[in-house]
Amino acid sequence: MSIKLEHLNYVYSQGTAYEKHALKDICLEIPHGEFVGLIGHTGSGKSTLIQHLNGLVKATSGALYYEGRNIYEEGYPMRELRNQVGLVFQYPEHQLFEVDVMTDVCFGPKNQGLSPEECKARALEALKLVGLKEKYYKASPFELSGGQKRRVAIAGVLAMRPKVLVLDEPTAGLDPKGRDDILDQIAYLHKQSDLTVILVSHSMEDIARYADRIIVMNKGQVQYNGKPVEVFAHYKELEKIGLAAPQVTYIMHDLKEQGLDVKTNITTIEEAAEEIMHALEKRK
Amino acid sequence: MCGIYQNGIAHFFYLKDRQSISLSGFLEETIAAKMGIALAKKEMITYNRKRVNVKAGWRRLFMGMVQTERLVYEYEKRDEEGNVIGMSRAIDGVDIDVKEGQFIAILGHNGSGKSTLAKHMNAILVPTEGTMWVDGKDTKDPENLWEVRQSAGMVFQNPDNQIIGTVVEEDVGFGPENLGVPTDEIWSRVEESLKAVGMIEYRHHSPNKLSGGQKQRVAIAGVVAMEPKCIVLDEPTAMLDPVGRKEVLKTVQKLREKKHVTVILITHYMEEVVDADQVYVMDHGHVVMKGSPREVFAQVDKLKEYRLDVPQVTVLSDLLRKKGLEIPAGILKKEELVDAICRLN
Repeated sequence: MSIKLEHLNYVYSQGTAYEKHALKDICLEIPHGEFVGLIGHTGSGKSTLIQHLNGLVKATSGALYYEGRNIYEEGYPMRELRNQVGLVFQYPEHQLFEVDVMTDVCFGPKNQGLSPEECKARALEALKLVGLKEKYYKASPFELSGGQKRRVAIAGVLAMRPKVLVLDEPTAGLDPKGRDDILDQIAYLHKQSDLTVILVSHSMEDIARYADRIIVMNKGQVQYNGKPVEVFAHYKELEKIGLAAPQVTYIMHDLKEQGLDVKTNITTIEEAAEEIMHALEKRK
Repeated sequence: MCGIYQNGIAHFFYLKDRQSISLSGFLEETIAAKMGIALAKKEMITYNRKRVNVKAGWRRLFMGMVQTERLVYEYEKRDEEGNVIGMSRAIDGVDIDVKEGQFIAILGHNGSGKSTLAKHMNAILVPTEGTMWVDGKDTKDPENLWEVRQSAGMVFQNPDNQIIGTVVEEDVGFGPENLGVPTDEIWSRVEESLKAVGMIEYRHHSPNKLSGGQKQRVAIAGVVAMEPKCIVLDEPTAMLDPVGRKEVLKTVQKLREKKHVTVILITHYMEEVVDADQVYVMDHGHVVMKGSPREVFAQVDKLKEYRLDVPQVTVLSDLLRKKGLEIPAGILKKEELVDAICRLN
């Protein structure tokens, strides 16, 4: 077991007119090596929640256990936690600042106190992992395209060799190819190195394709927590809270309504194609 | 017969009896076109003792809302010290023609030049070479600047970057106020545009308490209140959740129907494009594909080459066809697919 949240509460600006109960009694467990999708409408508390995971924001009450130890207990090595839980913010490319790509990616490991050689080795490894071509290593990060910049930013977090990678809408504003490239790369890392991935996204299609489990946030609470097919079965309720099911799920529901005997718990295109073929054959 | 263009209206006279007819918009285009050819030879003519620029007039009458001719935009590439090390072409010879009231979508990968093109539409950028006309006005001419900006309103990706007011209705009133609209009219415009985007009940709210989709609708209302003929939306849904995305698109659709606004939508979501009249695909500063959504999305492999995609329904339809089902090509909406499957037997 890797991360466990117990009755976690967070209140913004407590005691002022702007007081807002952003997280309410969150109880969650994220086992090691899982690929978790975190969804919720804008303002549902997703970003606040993930900022707790590496101790950037301290809960108002409740406990957060990382590898069995409460991070709020006195003397907890926060620095260690931040090395292990890597957070990639929204639009991470805005945080690039060094003169070239290589130096930027080295920044994390350098701050971890590693030797220059080790930093470089890790940066090379991370840049390879995100699939950035070698000719860009010496380029200024500002000369790169949006998708490339974002890879550099993700490499900067990977170079610290985190055990948990948290990504807040890593594909917002990217073209479809850039979107698929980055998510495929993350899925590959997840499989290769046993990385725990927590992916925040507004794309139900992406979440359905990659996540083992989906956590749905609504008004600061966990509304659903389960496998994609289970969660997307509540598509009507999801719509009420600003979300939706993948487009294929709707197609299956419509087909069923039209009298075709198909299962509706379908979330990806491949499953849908198979199920439709199957149902049509049955009818013959 | 003879023709003259003035104040946005083309007047035609039968020379014998001086009886005139007026044409506004695109009525009787053929007669007008013939007259146009005859008149194009003369640039200025005198009408009612005023000098009138005939060419500009005809251009305005026949041209689309947004039109470009061999548009080029170059910017300087600089090294770390700020020395110019070369030129880069973000837009390279683009010709587009958007007619009044049309819904146009522009697709293209990151860095393909679509946002640069959009910035030309309200003269944030002006062409290095070639010309862009918005509502018949050349954007390069500094004298046209305010008129161009009033004709084409812009909505950007991040609603937080374009909302400045502390109260929704104040934010929406900011645009018209800057245009020098009288106070009474500002208020009526604010009310009308907030109604148009379905946000009237939030008029006294603070924008920062709204959801992303609601904020984006307020941003759209702010543009609508300036009464532009054309709205350019640069990835307006990139940061929104699914419902927010739907809200924004529905709002845009409604504006088209009720106010006949020309809409130019730049997006990475293929599903948002299926209702467009025309789709342009950009790559490396060029327009590489052009056509109806059905025509464009039928070319799946070509789109993938340009780093783009097709809607999920289209992918599923293709997959089913490859598995041997008789499903027509170019399906864009889920209703079409459901219909096609139900018709099999």
